[in-house]
Amino acid sequence: DPDRRTEVVLLACGSFNPITNMHLRLFELAKDYFHETGKYKVIKGIISPVGDAYKKKGLISASHRVTMAKLATKSSDWVEVDDWESSQSEWLETLKVLRYHHQKLLSLGATNNLEDGVPLTKLGRKRKREPIIKKNQSPDINSVPQIKLLCGSDMLESFGIPSLWKLEDITEIVEKHGLVCISRAGNNVQKFIYESDVLWRHKNNIHLVEEWITNDISSTKIRRALCRGQSIRYLVPDVVRAYIEKNNLYSPESEDRNAGVVLAPLQRYASDSKN
Amino acid sequence: MKSRIPVILLACGSFNPITNMHMRLFELARDHLHQTGRYQVIEGIMSPVNDSYGKKGLVSARHRIAMAKLALETSDWIRVDPWESEQETWTETVKVLRHHYNESLRLLKSKTEFMKNKHPTERSAGNSLSCQHPVLPELKLLCGADFLQTFKTPNLWKEGDIKEIVEKFGLVCISRAGSDPSQYIKESDLLTQFQHNIFLVKEWIQNEISATQIRSALCQGLSVKYLLPDPVISYIAQHNIYTEESERRNEGDLLQPLKLHSTGVTPLSD
Repeated sequence: DPDRRTEVVLLACGSFNPITNMHLRLFELAKDYFHETGKYKVIKGIISPVGDAYKKKGLISASHRVTMAKLATKSSDWVEVDDWESSQSEWLETLKVLRYHHQKLLSLGATNNLEDGVPLTKLGRKRKREPIIKKNQSPDINSVPQIKLLCGSDMLESFGIPSLWKLEDITEIVEKHGLVCISRAGNNVQKFIYESDVLWRHKNNIHLVEEWITNDISSTKIRRALCRGQSIRYLVPDVVRAYIEKNNLYSPESEDRNAGVVLAPLQRYASDSKN
Repeated sequence: MKSRIPVILLACGSFNPITNMHMRLFELARDHLHQTGRYQVIEGIMSPVNDSYGKKGLVSARHRIAMAKLALETSDWIRVDPWESEQETWTETVKVLRHHYNESLRLLKSKTEFMKNKHPTERSAGNSLSCQHPVLPELKLLCGADFLQTFKTPNLWKEGDIKEIVEKFGLVCISRAGSDPSQYIKESDLLTQFQHNIFLVKEWIQNEISATQIRSALCQGLSVKYLLPDPVISYIAQHNIYTEESERRNEGDLLQPLKLHSTGVTPLSD
């Protein structure tokens, strides 16, 4: 029964430098996965490119990255781009971005129809929700929409990189929200979860999805190909390729940006002793 | 400046359906040949196989051609050619190569005639040079590394055909990181003899979109967005092309080349 399914919003954070067909596939795979469980319904996908203050090597300006992501998702009726994170002047922890979108969802009392036009009261408590005028609406505790962080196995495994994440952030992400991790067959993700106490404790909130097409279209490889004058056609949406070409976005010079600069989270947590 | 040899790339296959990976093969091959400094790729041709090939799950050529056309709409150098699919029966790959090679010669000849008949002042310097000494284009078969392996399958190929393909035309063979197609070449005297005409291109950006998996996903109602071009996905949905029924087509039948070449001789058993 579709109306009794828990509504899920997928949030993908990352550089998207540039966005590729692989990023877009993550959303499709996650949506299919949740649909097949019979318990969830994915109502929205959000791409949230990281801000320039992240200081990753080779990271080009957020305005370009946001524009490319928007071009790439034009043909999607459920995945959109949000530039709140990228317009902040300081780098923001992923958890803060999750909280922001979660709060936004709650205060809109969101379901499929965010542009309902029905004025809704701001909610204090998480569990209760104003029913929106909608056919077959059944106010149900299960229908509080959840936001889940969508990622590949590399992000999950980056939880283990010293000083990149705060332990309490990881805990809140998996405890209060949830993770959807797309990886390919024969990966190390399950082992990684097994070896982490906090991930193991909340493994029911970590959804592992296996991609059935081996898809390794990383942004790094795309940038490398562009620097070498090689074609990136059919690896990124054509509109993105055209935009990159027109604006000459990637070059050995752009790859040198932030060279020698410490990544924002590492800089921030350098003083912290433990992870 | 030494002029580059013009090259036409021809890919034969089921294209059932065409995917982003098929089109990637062309891009990779072109980049590779250009980087040798010796070639200029002037055209890419996709040639979907005839319906009478008899492969399981093969849908009508009419649809496969239509999908390829939609997919290649945005390409300015690759096109789909229906000749092979329009023949009365299945045609050996070498014959398809010969046909397209002759076509390219015919085109070159008529272009040369046309240029010769032009008033000398109408010709640019470049044109007048090339019409005196037209550089013959080379036609190369574009394929994946698994294609090389199929030469060993009993009764699938005639030895004479393989020889003509590698000697007269040439292969551009795309393989993925981690696999080593050069071993197939080493294992065959014939392929070793003509290895200078076999270009091995490594695909470092893994993107293995198997058409078989695509069809299976479509049957299960799973998303194939970003694996095939959007217009192709729409076309498939609109015409309801891939179903459990379509997957059962030709079930139990032998592939046409296997039916024909039942001599029991393995081509590359040297």
